Amino acid sequence: MFQHKRFNSELTFFQKVKDLDYILILCIVLLSIISVFVMYSTDGGEILYHTKSHFIKILVFFTLMMVISFFNIKFWHTSYIFYFSIILLLIWVAMYGIKASGSQRWVDLYFIVLQPSELMKIGIILCLAKYYHRLKIDSVNSLLSITVALTIIIIPIILVLAQPDLGTSILIAFSGLIILWLGGVKIKYFFVSFITFLISLPFIISFLKPYQKLRILTFLDPDRDPLGAGYQIIQSKIAIGSGGLSGKGFLKGTQSYLEFLPEKHTDFIFTLFSEEFGFLGSIGLLIIYTIIIVRIIRIGVLSRSNFAKFFCFGFAFAIFIYIVVNLSMVLGLLPIVGSPLPIMSYGGSSMLATMIGFGIVLSAKINHRQTIA
Amino acid sequence: MIKENLSIRKADIINRRMFIIGAAKVLIFVGIIGRLFSLQINENKKYLTLSDKNRIREWKLPPTRGSIVDYFGNIIAGNLKVYQLHIIPEQVENFNYLLNRLKFLLQLSEKKISNILKSKKKLKPWESIIVSENLSWSQFVKVNNYLYDLVGVKPVMTISRNYPFNDIYTHVLGYVSQPNENDILQNQIIQERFVPGMKVGKLGLEKTLENHLIGTNDIQRYEVNAYGKRINHLEYQKGKQGSKIRLTVDTEVQKLSAKLLAGQAGSISVMDIYTGEVVAMYSSPSYDPNLFLFGISKDEWELIRNNPLKPLINKTLSGLYSPGSTIKPIVALSALENNIINPNFKVRCTGKTELYGQTFHCWKEKGHGVVSLNNAMKQSCDTYFYEIARLLGVDRLKITAKKFGLGEKVLGDYFENEKQGLFPNTSWKKNNLGKGWVLGETLITGIGQGYTQTTPLQLCLMTAQIANGGYSIKPKIIVNNDPLSFEEAKKNMKEQSLINFNTQLFKDEKNIKIVQEAMFSSTNEIGGTSYRSRIDNPKYQFAGKTGTAQVKRISKRERELDLKIDQIPYNDRDHALYVAYGPYENPRYALSIIVEHGGSGSKAAAPMAKKLFKLIIDRDVLREKQPNFEEIDI
Repeated sequence: MFQHKRFNSELTFFQKVKDLDYILILCIVLLSIISVFVMYSTDGGEILYHTKSHFIKILVFFTLMMVISFFNIKFWHTSYIFYFSIILLLIWVAMYGIKASGSQRWVDLYFIVLQPSELMKIGIILCLAKYYHRLKIDSVNSLLSITVALTIIIIPIILVLAQPDLGTSILIAFSGLIILWLGGVKIKYFFVSFITFLISLPFIISFLKPYQKLRILTFLDPDRDPLGAGYQIIQSKIAIGSGGLSGKGFLKGTQSYLEFLPEKHTDFIFTLFSEEFGFLGSIGLLIIYTIIIVRIIRIGVLSRSNFAKFFCFGFAFAIFIYIVVNLSMVLGLLPIVGSPLPIMSYGGSSMLATMIGFGIVLSAKINHRQTIA
Repeated sequence: MIKENLSIRKADIINRRMFIIGAAKVLIFVGIIGRLFSLQINENKKYLTLSDKNRIREWKLPPTRGSIVDYFGNIIAGNLKVYQLHIIPEQVENFNYLLNRLKFLLQLSEKKISNILKSKKKLKPWESIIVSENLSWSQFVKVNNYLYDLVGVKPVMTISRNYPFNDIYTHVLGYVSQPNENDILQNQIIQERFVPGMKVGKLGLEKTLENHLIGTNDIQRYEVNAYGKRINHLEYQKGKQGSKIRLTVDTEVQKLSAKLLAGQAGSISVMDIYTGEVVAMYSSPSYDPNLFLFGISKDEWELIRNNPLKPLINKTLSGLYSPGSTIKPIVALSALENNIINPNFKVRCTGKTELYGQTFHCWKEKGHGVVSLNNAMKQSCDTYFYEIARLLGVDRLKITAKKFGLGEKVLGDYFENEKQGLFPNTSWKKNNLGKGWVLGETLITGIGQGYTQTTPLQLCLMTAQIANGGYSIKPKIIVNNDPLSFEEAKKNMKEQSLINFNTQLFKDEKNIKIVQEAMFSSTNEIGGTSYRSRIDNPKYQFAGKTGTAQVKRISKRERELDLKIDQIPYNDRDHALYVAYGPYENPRYALSIIVEHGGSGSKAAAPMAKKLFKLIIDRDVLREKQPNFEEIDI
């Protein structure tokens, strides 16, 4: 054990390079390239603001990812600090944040306009991974530890809900709960709380904001207001459905080109992709995501450190949830909640968080022989 | 080591739980792929259609109306290029400025401006507002010169209806104008093809043949974005011009009719006695249908509406007149057919006859003496017809009259305003007036007065069917696909009567002959009522019957005064009627003439027949040369 530790700390730069997960990196690069092209299409086939900005962000954050991957995984045992910094940022947002379209989500850091709630999606995983890494297996199901874990989850959720941002808070909740699940919290507890949730659902709904209720109603029946609340989802389904098997072709998606698609840069980016590249393209994109998820899980399996396992599995699940929530939303399977598609959607904070996550996963790969902090 | 064991146990839990989640992930991904499949593969067609609906917007342009030609192919309702000015509101930068500029350039009235503003509110921003429907060339040039300053204005060259013969055909064709709400609601096809600026038939054949004439819209397809802005011009789909329709009418005869009736109220109809083709059908006075194309001015409308000669009424089809003596051939025929009389039956006319204390006067106060059937027809002796009507009875008379088309519409559905007229009998009176028939009424029915009401075209048909030897013909005004020459029609007519007994209107051919001869005498023998209008040349020689229909009952005092026509107020004067057919030897055409308040038939109406027959028979040669014609769709 001691030997291992020493061995790990003595990894040379070239050993580290050799140990990178190249398939994962390849998939990320591929996805990045696709996303730039799709962004180019949303700009109407011209290199305009979104394309440029997205491209620059990808370059910067990809580099950041590579830098992070060379950190020793031990570094992330500082994750409590990371977590608390984000909490502080969220409080800052609540007080001094930038308002846009009715919600207060952003903080201006001069070089970047950051959305801390996006970072919290990673922060919560890191924090809980650390927490469960430390926790003795016997005390996992103790009242105290569960209370602590839930508190870690609930504090950011309350802050994010207040912005208000239902989509991100749901994703944060999922990301946190998955660590609880992996940590060995009794299945019974999950089951009981799920039932409790279902029972209290009507009560929760009564607390929703009118626009959120409207979204749920619209989801249940988009045709009740085709030009108003139901417009996005109807147009999205039309765009995807009209794509057909092989799509309308690059830059030929009429729904997006003629501006029938709302928010095509961000949450509805898949709609545009699917319209232009069709069923086959969509399957291809899903395959890339699947490979990414599988590679991350594989790294988790390889890792000897439980922290790394927690993080990799948690992050893989989070990526999965982002994709599922986003696709279900644009396909009309879920009500519309703001949730970006990793890497593909325009938006710096989301990409920053995702890239940090990939960086940590890659670092876990390099340091997979290391067992303990 | 314990610590490490614990760690390994922990790792086991993590891994196990991971794989439970992994299985769930696979299921969810499969579900999403399933959804993608159902949207993109199964329902692809549906969504493709929806996406096209989103992006493609069609701009319909007014369809080009089919033209209407006369028998010889002369266009009587055609299309003319006109210059129009449209505004497309979404392209206008400053609407008020534009209106001011246009107001100055085109001298638009305040009312017009407020109309434009009104229609701007009603239309969608990409739909064009029509500022002016019919710009003069100089105005059009002016606008084009200032076009740089008139953003959003579109000078348009388009096609409009045009009636080259002005008022000659108004009552046949009707006219087109802007459709009102009713026009659109009542006609599905107009509803589908409606575009602002389009004209639809309002009256006459233009209205009844609307669905044939209308044509299909030219369609411009544009790709538009979510805000309705045009992005790409996709295609221009040329519509189909409406069907060309050929009528049976002859413009020359129609023109002569108009000339003969100029300044008078009345009607002239001419019909081919074998084919039933209406050669002319003119109601006087008429008005210019071109006035209605771009909206008639109030003054012009008032002028037409208030004309005492009532130009708006189509007298040929909806004017109801007592037939007067023109009914006598039918009365005579009916009496012969029912064996009430034979040609030698004689009546002594003393100028009046008495029935139950009521006196019935003959037009000739001194009486005609003893008259036979031929003489009675020739001199139009009323007493004779009182007598045979009395013997015959109104019910039997009605049967014959009905056979010959009285009391029924002649052209059927082609004219909405055609009246069916009335020929009374005892049960009609019982049912409609609730009173029993009185014998005296039979007597006056026998000279075409009383309840009887006929349209000029009915009288023409009646005469045609006497002229062709007593066979039923189907009158028509539109040349159909397979027009028969009159020889074929004649042959057909006789063959048909052998199969279908109803088309033969007589029991004994002899009787028709007797009536025809009587009509000949009336025109061509000395003492005949229309003797002065005769033509001796057998080529043009015709046979006819005059009629003078009383408009009001003549009082005893008036009878004694025996006023001249110009001493009677216009509205109390008798209607002058004349029915005739010719050439007598080998008849081809029948006509009916009515001059409202024209006095006596022999003086006012019969002379017109002389001029008409000359022209009609001269043109018969041409008419027979042109039995066929291309592209007739009805």
